[in-house]
Amino acid sequence: MTEAIAFLPPRQAVLSRRAEILDDLKELVPAGRLVEERNALVPFETDGFIAYRRRPLAVVLPETTAQVAAVMKYCHRYGIPVVPRGAGTSLSGGAIPQEDAVVLGLSAMTRIIEVDYANRCATVQAGVTNLAISDAVGADGYFYAPDPSSQLACTIGGNIAMNSGGAHCLKYGVTTNNLLGVKMVLVDGTVVDLGGKHLDAEGYDLLGLVCGSEGQLGIVTEATVRLLAKPEGARPVLFGFDSAEDAGSCVADVIGAGIIPVAIEFMDKPAIEICEAFAKAGYPLDVEALLIVEVEGSEAEMDAMLAAIVEIAKRHGVKIVRESQSANEAALIWKGRKSAFGATGRIADYICMDGTVPLSQLAYVLRKTSEIIDRYGLRVANVFHAGDGNMHPLILYNINDPEDAAKAEAAGMEILKLCVDAGGCLTGEHGVGIEKRDLMLHQFTQVDLDQQMAVRSAFDADWILNPSKVFPLEGRG
Amino acid sequence: MLTPSTETEAAELIRDHATRKTPLQIRGGGTRSGFGNAVSADAVLSSTAITGIIEYNPAEMVMTARAGTPVAEIEAALAENGQGMAFEPMDHRGAMGTSGTPTIGGLFAVNSSGPRRFTAGAARDHLLGVRFVNGAGDVVKAGGKVMKNVTGLDLVKLLAGSYGTMGFLTQVTFKVLPVPKTAATIVISGLEDENAMKALAAALSLSVEVSGAAHLPESVRGRFIGGKLPEGAATVMRLEGLEASVAVRAEKLMSAMAGLGPINRLDADDTKALWTEIRDVTPYGDGTARPLWRVSMPPSEAWKLVAGLRLRAGIDAYYDWQGGLVWMRMEADHEADVLRHGIRSLGGGHATLVRAAPEIRAKVPTFEPLSPAVALLSGRVRAKLDPHGIFNPGLMA
Ligand SMILES: Cc1cc2nc3c(=O)[nH]c(=O)nc-3n(C[C@H](O)[C@H](O)[C@@H](O)COP(=O)(O)OP(=O)(O)OC[C@H]3O[C@@H](n4cnc5c(N)ncnc54)[C@H](O)[C@@H]3O)c2cc1C
Ligand SMILES: Cc1cc2nc3c(=O)[nH]c(=O)nc-3n(C[C@H](O)[C@H](O)[C@H](O)COP(=O)(O)OP(=O)(O)OC[C@H]3O[C@@H](n4cnc5c(N)ncnc54)[C@H](O)[C@@H]3O)c2cc1C
Repeated sequence: MTEAIAFLPPRQAVLSRRAEILDDLKELVPAGRLVEERNALVPFETDGFIAYRRRPLAVVLPETTAQVAAVMKYCHRYGIPVVPRGAGTSLSGGAIPQEDAVVLGLSAMTRIIEVDYANRCATVQAGVTNLAISDAVGADGYFYAPDPSSQLACTIGGNIAMNSGGAHCLKYGVTTNNLLGVKMVLVDGTVVDLGGKHLDAEGYDLLGLVCGSEGQLGIVTEATVRLLAKPEGARPVLFGFDSAEDAGSCVADVIGAGIIPVAIEFMDKPAIEICEAFAKAGYPLDVEALLIVEVEGSEAEMDAMLAAIVEIAKRHGVKIVRESQSANEAALIWKGRKSAFGATGRIADYICMDGTVPLSQLAYVLRKTSEIIDRYGLRVANVFHAGDGNMHPLILYNINDPEDAAKAEAAGMEILKLCVDAGGCLTGEHGVGIEKRDLMLHQFTQVDLDQQMAVRSAFDADWILNPSKVFPLEGRG
Repeated sequence: MLTPSTETEAAELIRDHATRKTPLQIRGGGTRSGFGNAVSADAVLSSTAITGIIEYNPAEMVMTARAGTPVAEIEAALAENGQGMAFEPMDHRGAMGTSGTPTIGGLFAVNSSGPRRFTAGAARDHLLGVRFVNGAGDVVKAGGKVMKNVTGLDLVKLLAGSYGTMGFLTQVTFKVLPVPKTAATIVISGLEDENAMKALAAALSLSVEVSGAAHLPESVRGRFIGGKLPEGAATVMRLEGLEASVAVRAEKLMSAMAGLGPINRLDADDTKALWTEIRDVTPYGDGTARPLWRVSMPPSEAWKLVAGLRLRAGIDAYYDWQGGLVWMRMEADHEADVLRHGIRSLGGGHATLVRAAPEIRAKVPTFEPLSPAVALLSGRVRAKLDPHGIFNPGLMA
């Protein structure tokens, strides 16, 4: 298939020394932690952005920070590109390597180092999965708040690199708001600690800068994250509307009224149909848009909050209000939403876009999105985090039809530009990766990007870390 | 004093200084003057003429304002819509003995956050986007105006808390939140520091959403809200929200804490007064220049530092943020070495010298010294934003 997105040309000097490099790397990690066989490298060729793939030079899977440091020191010395990798669930191609790169996988570093309830934090190795943290502390009444839909698989290192969020971030914030510190290996192998168990790291906020930097500033090997006490109870409610506009303005009014639910999820008709067919969650099929609003607290609090929300929904002509009456019903309501990606994947190939827009623009952007999709003769299902304006149009296409694939990609890019033009941005949680790299100039000026790239260079002067990503290849400083 | 009235004018002035490599002291309302390590600059560049709220849509919980806008003007506009800055920015004029009008740019430049910080996040967590002029005179935009944004490097975080050493902010966009409808405070009396910390940690493990958690030892208790707090050290916990929820949660919290000591409950008015005074360090706004330190440590460790210092030096201290933030006034010497050594030996954190006489400031670094590797990295980052080192040179060094 044709590839619209370019990679940097591989460094010949690196390719030609492959055998030697492998021998050297073997010395730096324990036996079995270097992957070099062609077939064994295949799983590392791509991530969740499967339209693109490249076979890396090699993969190392270190077990300790010291081994990571040794590998970095070596690669730095010989100018070998390094692509950090967690679980490889990136949807923007952030973990896709290139032929001259060593993939540095953190998946073997899965130890929970310390759980500290007195300070409500946990220190874990970078390869620990997001859900494993909540699982480890759940029985004691705590949880780790950011909840990407991929939380079963994705690692905390990947979450930090992408500043991931999920449905409940409306109340609890995204990764950067829940991160206290990291241990990180710099490009030359130096190990630094940023932050710790205290609030507000000393000096400049390098921790804030590292979060969301997509593996370009260093390799995170350990993280200290905040733990929160679980709420007393949580209750999701389904609201069905006759139009996306009504649902959108209902969201804006709930928030305008000073009510912050923990989650507000939106689904349009195609998404409702797809999810219902798969999850049998009992979603209404005769509505145009559906909201899942979840509130938390004691029974009394939830009652009070829901009463206020229902009142607002009525003003916007809500057609169906379904409160969950049991834990089972609550789980079912979420099951439909959470299976959206999987359920869509069963009926068609799709690309999942990820732009954000100001809440007041939601209805407008939805309307424009369907115009764009119609123009390309494609189909789209919309599911997203409405409370914070993070849209996820799923564009359906046929991956075996190159023309269809090209159309889907082009439509997706138009939608992202639309988000930016409406006052939003290119990505709310999936990152820029390679996918949106060439759109960066739509959101930023060259001067803005030059400043970002200069800061990147302060960490990695030779651009060895994840070099094909985030910044357009042309005009790099 | 240079007071450009537009961003373009500011950029021209800065470019001109960059060409000549002449340093500039960056200022907002100057309410923090005297804070930080000494700056030697030829001129002062102030944001006070770059003012005005540009965009405010309450339903989106986002505001955009020019950097020199007085914080009071912002707060008034928010209050009209029942909203506020959830991180509770403090007014430190009392503690610093300064006057002037705090600006919104200055607030984010110092990443100023109060009691709700440990649940609501710091100022920087609420800052969504900025426009600034870098040290080469380029106008740079970073971030955006939506809650979720991971497009490119997060320079917004870098600018927040950089004390005017990375760029001259001209515009800030930040998240605002509904002001809680009501609030109450539970006061447990008579706890020693160590037990107070255990009580606070226990309270925070409950699902009652404590949004303020402080301990006021007996030495300072009487200096809050006109001496109205009950006898003995006061361990205070704030609850906020709808009337009904606060009532339910207060009951629950009080029964969980029963047996630790006498328990009282403050009403909404006293709650507001108390937490404003905790936030603004009112007891130490005593018109003196006695050294005032602000220490951030793991909540389980900070009281040990205080206990150790009490044995060796004359100090007065109280705790916020579940015990993780210590406001500490030195009765005689500044005790920088003992203090910073203590922090390191207890597992890390940092101390900032908020106030001191000029002769002490001259020899004690305001900010916690960084590890050599981090200091090197920070220097490289700063050089990318301010290549000629013309912004507030020395202030954070
Ligand atoms: C020691 C100390 C500790 C404090 N701690 C807290 C705290 O913990 N919590 C809290 O809420 N508040 C705190 N404050 C209060 C906070 O600093 C003020 O409320 C803030 O708004 C300052 O505004 P200003 O305009 O007076 O700033 P100024 O005093 O004029 O400047 C403050 C700093 O910000 C920089 N600055 C000002 N404007 C700009 C700009 N446009 N662009 C770039 N840099 C700029 C200056 O160079 C200077 O370094 C503290 C103040 C001091 C002095
Ligand atoms: C079905 C599905 C649903 C998803 N839902 C969400 C969602 O709701 N919210 C959301 O935010 N994302 C979501 N994602 C995207 C993805 O899961 C996140 O971006 C996640 O954080 C990636 O983690 P990972 O461990 O898989 O990282 P990878 O995909 O392996 O890597 C992602 C990026 O992080 C870098 N990286 C990884 N580990 C490190 C490290 N230790 N140090 C430095 N850099 C590192 C890589 O170089 C790469 O740039 C979803 C993905 C899928 C497949």
